[in-house]
Amino acid sequence: MSNKLNHSMSLASPDAKGITTKQKVALAIGFVGMFIMILALVNTNFPNKGIFLTAALGLITLGTVLFANNAYLTKLEGIKNDGVWFKSMSSRGVLGWLTGVVLTAFYIVLYFYPELLGMGTNGEANTGLISLFDPLSNLLSGRPASQWFVYGTLYTIAILAFGYKFILKYRHNRYQQLRTVSVMFFQLGFAFLIPEFMYVMNSDVPYYDLKNMWPLNYYNFDQYRIDAFIKTETIGLSLLALGILSIFVISPFLTYKYGKRWYCSWVCGCGGLAETAGDAFRQLSSKKVSAWKLERWLIHTVLVFSVVMTTAVVYTYLGYDPKKYWLTKDVFLISVAVFLTLVFAGVLLFKRKELGKDARYGAIGYFAVIIALVVMHFSGTTNEVFLIKAGTMRSAYGLYIGSIFSGVIGTGFYPILGNRAWCRFGCPMAAILGFQQRLFSKFRITTNGGQCISCGNCSTYCEMGIDVRSYAQKGENIVRSSCVGCGICSAVCPRGVLKLENDKLEGRINPTEVLLGNDVDLMNYVNNK
Amino acid sequence: MEHIVIIGNGISGVTAARHIRKMSDKRITIISAETDYFFSRTALMYVYMGHMKFEHTQPYENWFWEKNNIELKQGFVSQVKHESNELVFNSGETMSYDKLIIAAGSKPNKFGWPGQDLDGVMGMYHKQDLENLENYAPDNKTCKRAVVVGGGLIGIELAEMLHSRSIPVTFLVREDSFWNGVLPAGESAMINRHILNHHIDLRLGVNLKEILADENGKARAVVVQETGEVIDCDVVGLTAGVSPNIDFLKESGIELGRGIKVNRFLETNIPNIYAIGDCAEQHESIGMRRPIEAVWYTGRMMGETVAQTICGNRIEYKPGHWFNSAKFMDIEYQTYGWVFGRPQEYEQQFHWKHEDDTKCITVSFHKDTKEFLGINTFGIRMRHEVFDRWLTEKRDVDYVMTNLAEANFDPEFYKKHESQILSAYNSHQFQTA
Repeated sequence: MSNKLNHSMSLASPDAKGITTKQKVALAIGFVGMFIMILALVNTNFPNKGIFLTAALGLITLGTVLFANNAYLTKLEGIKNDGVWFKSMSSRGVLGWLTGVVLTAFYIVLYFYPELLGMGTNGEANTGLISLFDPLSNLLSGRPASQWFVYGTLYTIAILAFGYKFILKYRHNRYQQLRTVSVMFFQLGFAFLIPEFMYVMNSDVPYYDLKNMWPLNYYNFDQYRIDAFIKTETIGLSLLALGILSIFVISPFLTYKYGKRWYCSWVCGCGGLAETAGDAFRQLSSKKVSAWKLERWLIHTVLVFSVVMTTAVVYTYLGYDPKKYWLTKDVFLISVAVFLTLVFAGVLLFKRKELGKDARYGAIGYFAVIIALVVMHFSGTTNEVFLIKAGTMRSAYGLYIGSIFSGVIGTGFYPILGNRAWCRFGCPMAAILGFQQRLFSKFRITTNGGQCISCGNCSTYCEMGIDVRSYAQKGENIVRSSCVGCGICSAVCPRGVLKLENDKLEGRINPTEVLLGNDVDLMNYVNNK
Repeated sequence: MEHIVIIGNGISGVTAARHIRKMSDKRITIISAETDYFFSRTALMYVYMGHMKFEHTQPYENWFWEKNNIELKQGFVSQVKHESNELVFNSGETMSYDKLIIAAGSKPNKFGWPGQDLDGVMGMYHKQDLENLENYAPDNKTCKRAVVVGGGLIGIELAEMLHSRSIPVTFLVREDSFWNGVLPAGESAMINRHILNHHIDLRLGVNLKEILADENGKARAVVVQETGEVIDCDVVGLTAGVSPNIDFLKESGIELGRGIKVNRFLETNIPNIYAIGDCAEQHESIGMRRPIEAVWYTGRMMGETVAQTICGNRIEYKPGHWFNSAKFMDIEYQTYGWVFGRPQEYEQQFHWKHEDDTKCITVSFHKDTKEFLGINTFGIRMRHEVFDRWLTEKRDVDYVMTNLAEANFDPEFYKKHESQILSAYNSHQFQTA
């Protein structure tokens, strides 16, 4: 930030309650781009699709960039939250609700009625919106577009364009800039381009976003994928190895060193969209204690569901005969049970105190899974577990969790529930990383002594709905499993109270009221009660 | 059961109530005329600026009070009758108490300016002031210009608030540089430039003469004392400091000075009546602290202390090393220990300013012993715990400057300035030697 004297006494700074003429022009440009897509959607047959697609995506990006430039580059560097709660879009006003409805409708069509977008069925050519994206898909991988390619492209454009906006918004804050560049990079490279190139190299390799890991990509160990991994030999088996290493080695290690933020707000695609396109909605997350209770039940239920579902799916395609292949149904079930028992016993042994009464909930989850495994053993046949088809369970998970929860509700409801509803209430990956972060991580948000004035900016702008202030005003470090380490609480704090840090494990959780300022005797009394 | 009554639901009163509840099951009642529930006064500005809604300024959800068995009473206490241990409300209602804690806070200063009670003239302290401001200055069409009088922390916040809605602001400051009674010259000058950079019409070294009314009794202009200039405006903010809110105690028999006189145990001259927070005045200053400290954290600490005393563990109020913080538009400010605007005769200061003109520090030390006395930091966050320790250990200034990086509290990946500061310090030492 430069404070060199600017002698112009112009007062033409943008009105917090409205938008400037330049911003209106920028919006118009963006809407022209969207209009091209709407025309395509209603089956306008553009002569040169490549040019119109470029125009559509280019205009949307240009509109966003111009809007951001005018919103932020016309002002001095600093926190830019003026008027957030006055704007219809960001305060659950009419625009917010309309956007929510449109987004939700888009997700429903995308997941359940792709033919409405023009998806060609039974080998027919694409029409409508999807055909508009054929040139780009052909260019990248030599095949026509699918609804997922359209979605992936729009998703990537959203992260790039709004990522640019976010970087301008926080141009005084290098932490925010770096992690935004990171999510932009991982989305464009890992999620969008590399899978397309991998397809070009070997079309038998299943779609694999290298940064994605089970249980977020709950489908990773499905039979068709395992078959494809095995079939494509070196490359496929490497991917399978990566998938297993990701969840058992790489992510625990990185979470230990840096907290779950290394994934959730630096790498993850869901997090990437939430942090960029969803940034305008972060303040809408509920900070009520009741929301926190719901969160803990819901997210861990999804985790248990995903563990049981995946185990059941793998179980059904494994064989009985150890001579054919060492990993049989029974070996697999026993391994899962032993692994979970070790984790559970280890936590109870070493971390019981930190876990407190949550240990009981952990135990419930653990026993639910173990009983499921036992029942699986006794009721399992080649394709049935719990007397229902594993395939049915897998479909149910895909439908209710994979599509409806993460997509329709998770993103469609951004303007209503905030931008991290999926990450907070549903993501089983976040549950696992959160568990590691709470118990075995160097990461914490440090509170700066007695400087907190309880203003509430931190809590208001926490996208995960953590009541950050309730810790800060007691001088207590914030060590919460849900914290994705976005760093916005620290950024918006007007008194420099919060700092995201990786440090020693000792003293990380300090649940006493160690407020500085008072003389030592008093603090002893307060802490001893 | 003993009935503890607390007048005032600000940080002091609420902290006292919370800690008494932690240690006992006494009956607790908190009285307020301002709002139903505790809110953070320092956050009112963010409600007007649209960063937060009013409910976000409330640190506890509304069920908290009933769950913790803390009774809330809305009402204005007009009289304290200590002979009968009784409060009288302006509605005529009464309430008896066994122990009374007065935590009535402050009220904005008014210095008898002509026109100070006109419509459109307001302080920026109470929730009602916020509602008033929303009424008179909702946007720059209703309020074509606002004048803020008084160059302190509330003044610059009010200027920032109005500016966030694109309302042109003229900022009248009595001193010849912003807040230079507290800030050393280099810092104060940097903040002057920052204010101007935000297109706020900063006028230094001027006083308010009077506020002119229109035919409806609403402010229409202010007159500047020194120049006689008439500045047309729709809103006038009076932010010339605050003083203890004690008018309702005039006849009570409680000893008053500028505030409610208390000893180190926060006891007034009347047994079973205590005073904490902004409205309390120490008989004698504690260290270099002022007898009245209208600061968020001192209110909190007094609340913690008086709670101990009331629960049978009578202890002195012993604030530790002075610290504080504020934010001037985009520039954060923290202070630890004592750095004086006009250096004391024993005090020497080292000042460093970043070339971008938004970051600077001033380190104060004893010119003979080299003992580190305090630091002001702008645009660089520093660690409270580290400076508190260094002050207790009476470190010398060389040690502090060499180890400054240990105190850095800026977010990760921020550019570090310690080596630049240290080399500036070393060449400064060389020059003065």
